[in-house]
Amino acid sequence: MKKVHNKILSVVGNVITVKAEGIMYNELAQISTQYGKSLAQVIKLEGDIVSLQIFSGSRGVYTNDEVRFLGHTMKVSFSDKMLGRIFDGSGMPKDRGPALSDNLIEINGPSVNPAKRIIPQRMIRTNIPMIDIFNSLVVSQKLPIFSVSGEPYNELLARIALQAEVDMIILGGIGLKNDEYLYFKERLEDGGALSRSIFFMHTAADPVVEGLMVPDLCLSVAEKFALSGKDVLVLLTNMTNYADAMKEIAITMEQVPSNRGYPGDLYSQLAARYEKAVDFDDAGSITVLAVTTMPGDDVTHPVPDNTGYITEGQFYLRNGRIEPFGSLSRLKQQVNDKTRQDHRVIMDGMLQLYAEYKETEEKRAMGFRLGEWDKKLLKYGDRFEDEMMNLSVNIPLEAALDNGWKILSDCFQKHETGFRSDILEKFWPK
Amino acid sequence: MIEKSIIRSINGNLITVKFEGAIQQNEVGYVIAQDAKLKAEVIKIVGDLAYMQVFESTSGLYIGQEVEFSRQMLSVKLGPGLLGQVFDGLQNPLPELAEKCGFFLKRGVAFDAIKDDARWEFIPMVKPKDKVYAGMPLGYVNESIFKHFIMVPFNLTGSYEIESIVSQGIYAVSDTIAVVKDEQGRSKNLTMVFDWPVKMPINAYIQKFVPRETLVTKVRIIDTFFPIAKGGTYCIPGPFGAGKTVLQHLTSKYAEVDIVIIAACGERAGEVVETLRTFPEITDPRTNKTLMERTIIICNTSSMPVAAREASVYTAATLGEYYRQMGLNVLLLADSTSRWAQAMREVSGRLEEIPGEEAFPAYLESRIAEFYERAGIVELPFGGKGSLTISGTVSPAGGNFDEPVTQSTLKVVGAFLGLSRDRSNARKFPSIDPLESWSKYASFVDSEKVGKAKTVLFRGNEVNQMMKVVGEEGTSTDDFEIYLKAEFLDEIYLQQNGFDHVDGVSSPDRQAYVFNKINEVLEHKFKFNNKDDARHFFQQLRQLFIDWNYKVWQSDEFKNYENKINDFLKESVYNEKSA
Repeated sequence: MKKVHNKILSVVGNVITVKAEGIMYNELAQISTQYGKSLAQVIKLEGDIVSLQIFSGSRGVYTNDEVRFLGHTMKVSFSDKMLGRIFDGSGMPKDRGPALSDNLIEINGPSVNPAKRIIPQRMIRTNIPMIDIFNSLVVSQKLPIFSVSGEPYNELLARIALQAEVDMIILGGIGLKNDEYLYFKERLEDGGALSRSIFFMHTAADPVVEGLMVPDLCLSVAEKFALSGKDVLVLLTNMTNYADAMKEIAITMEQVPSNRGYPGDLYSQLAARYEKAVDFDDAGSITVLAVTTMPGDDVTHPVPDNTGYITEGQFYLRNGRIEPFGSLSRLKQQVNDKTRQDHRVIMDGMLQLYAEYKETEEKRAMGFRLGEWDKKLLKYGDRFEDEMMNLSVNIPLEAALDNGWKILSDCFQKHETGFRSDILEKFWPK
Repeated sequence: MIEKSIIRSINGNLITVKFEGAIQQNEVGYVIAQDAKLKAEVIKIVGDLAYMQVFESTSGLYIGQEVEFSRQMLSVKLGPGLLGQVFDGLQNPLPELAEKCGFFLKRGVAFDAIKDDARWEFIPMVKPKDKVYAGMPLGYVNESIFKHFIMVPFNLTGSYEIESIVSQGIYAVSDTIAVVKDEQGRSKNLTMVFDWPVKMPINAYIQKFVPRETLVTKVRIIDTFFPIAKGGTYCIPGPFGAGKTVLQHLTSKYAEVDIVIIAACGERAGEVVETLRTFPEITDPRTNKTLMERTIIICNTSSMPVAAREASVYTAATLGEYYRQMGLNVLLLADSTSRWAQAMREVSGRLEEIPGEEAFPAYLESRIAEFYERAGIVELPFGGKGSLTISGTVSPAGGNFDEPVTQSTLKVVGAFLGLSRDRSNARKFPSIDPLESWSKYASFVDSEKVGKAKTVLFRGNEVNQMMKVVGEEGTSTDDFEIYLKAEFLDEIYLQQNGFDHVDGVSSPDRQAYVFNKINEVLEHKFKFNNKDDARHFFQQLRQLFIDWNYKVWQSDEFKNYENKINDFLKESVYNEKSA
């Protein structure tokens, strides 16, 4: 049964209200305006007054435009035909290919039962020492890249996507610039990965509301592929735009804002998306890498702050390098005891020394006299930045560990490192 | 009598319902959806409209759908068989759900926390004509290593006389095991299980005591510097990534208590999974049973419905109070109370209440206080004591402790273990800030010595701050020595490798012993020729102590290293004298 209405009672922001009965919460509707058709979703029901958010925005909506309720919630087609395809934020083709309508699945389904999850223990090697040694990436991890605008976060994302050993890649763009979208397309094409990728692309030129669906579309499709045994890597860029879109709707709906205008349920909303990352017991997995730009390089901004509490660590990208302080992989302890005996020692020890170097660096900058120890630290710090932090370094974990020992032994005496003696005896270069 | 009523509006997980007849505040109702019955709780009543929070996704609900009221407040089942279980915030057993529904949490599917046909061997402790009242044991069953007392339900007021009691034998939990008679002569059948509304504290005890006895966590910086007490409360605020959860996890493993209840409230599912999968395999050395057998997990993670998250800490507290009534020491770890507060905020926002600071509801403070007040060490009706210790992590926005949840919590807890971003960035774990944290409880280590050590930390920090301005060359060797001592204490005592099975678990004896040794070093006034000598000396000493930390307590190697340290100290003191 299709229900058609053509009296719009109010238009506020991108939210309209109509009078209708027998409508489901979260039901989809189609609105036909002079500029074409758009999807809309029910976000509030009060008696017979229905509030809908229009994906393509409310510009040019006539009060007598036709609103047709579709009788179901948001769905997306799921099949192998999606591979290599590009869709927009409503799940419509963006690449001139045919629209897909077979095997429709619900988006934003229930969450995974914690009792069915398993402890993640497969490391994803990236050949980036700052990740592999210091903050290992693990299958089923959800990890954002924190950075200010202008950092090469999309480059980093693309590089990890290409080097990581996964079965398929789903890229969700929210408010992406057109050239960034084309960059991803080219990189994946050049890397030969486009045929195992699916894009859901919402660009900065598209209506804001449409971006709200992108994470759900990506993750629902990823979930189905994971259930069929695939290891899926989901890339989301940029989640700050996503949060801003939510903010816009919340303010339109006159919700009480909690912090800098963001809705009180920002945490729950972000968590519901990130928590889709999972390693299924006897099927595939979903790993989520997302970009969160920090307005004003402020990590206490509500979006990076809430994200940091939800995700399993974060990579800080600053000055083109992954910053060792602040970057964290919460799952690294699950894998870095199975790589090599010295992995953890190098990981903690080199960073503690680098922290000392930073203090010395401050002293130097202020013009204080430097002692013997300070000079050693300065030498160490330079080499650490050059040979470990530099993003152009592309070597396997083991080679990176060996190089760590080399740097240490070139700069320090054994006892100055503060490492445990048994490890020093075994690995200190003779 | 069941009243039927209908949905009038839907906004997120909040619905309003036009009801018929009488309903009560916090009453549970069920939305009769197409596919299932969805549990909901009344949180506000105005005229004939009830505002209800739905514990499930409201997607696909209609205006006009029916709601059934249950005439019961939100309750949990109390009885034998709760230990080792994994529940969601409403006491729905998750493993069973997984078995029946597969990977996902299917909406509206719920099972009993305690099966009616579960059977236990009941050993009676009373006889007919005995006088009993709420909280008195009728008998017991053996659950894991504990005597699980089957008690007179806590909601029975006044005194009762036993009419009949079954003899020792195996019974189902739904079987009547005793019949009691109240003062008016009315009989009541009692089983091994009863319901209790989660938002009401259980107060079937004689009195509460001041918590004095230290609760050993085996984490050095806590036990020695900022101890917690059995029946006390403490909070762990910290920015993300500072190690709150790791600390809670270590405590759940090593703390010297009988029962641990983990309330994973709005945090990552992955965290619970680790506990879930590893605890059944780790043997608790104190009991020789697996850790899981002394643990209950309440798991309402961040992507699970937010209303159930609000209920989950109450569910956890109720289970904790129940086991306390049996004379056990219970530790409740709530991670994180900020997510719980946010759940309240979400509901408050939908109710369009006037917001307080950062949009948290005005009653935030009193709710937090109420929650922590459920902790305590109490005298039980049948003698003896039981304790419930409550620990809550706080996840302040931006790591800034000046926000409402942290501040409200600090007012009511007995110890504050503040985690610092700087320390975690420098990989100093546990990243408890020794300069900011405090505790009102007593440690097993000599408090005078601890006080002196704290002074060293404060002075060392001052010197360090000063050095940043005047440089190392502008600092006297004496001051520099204090700085090095503070660093030394920090590196070999305050910091601890939680992932090492020796260093990560420091017994009270060991702590007292090692701390004395360190104190000797801290109190000794060395005579260094210059700062490089001083630094060199402490680097070497640090190495010895670090290695010492990794040796098994009282093993030959432990003593070996102690001798090495003694020799090293003697030698350098000797050198000083000859110089």
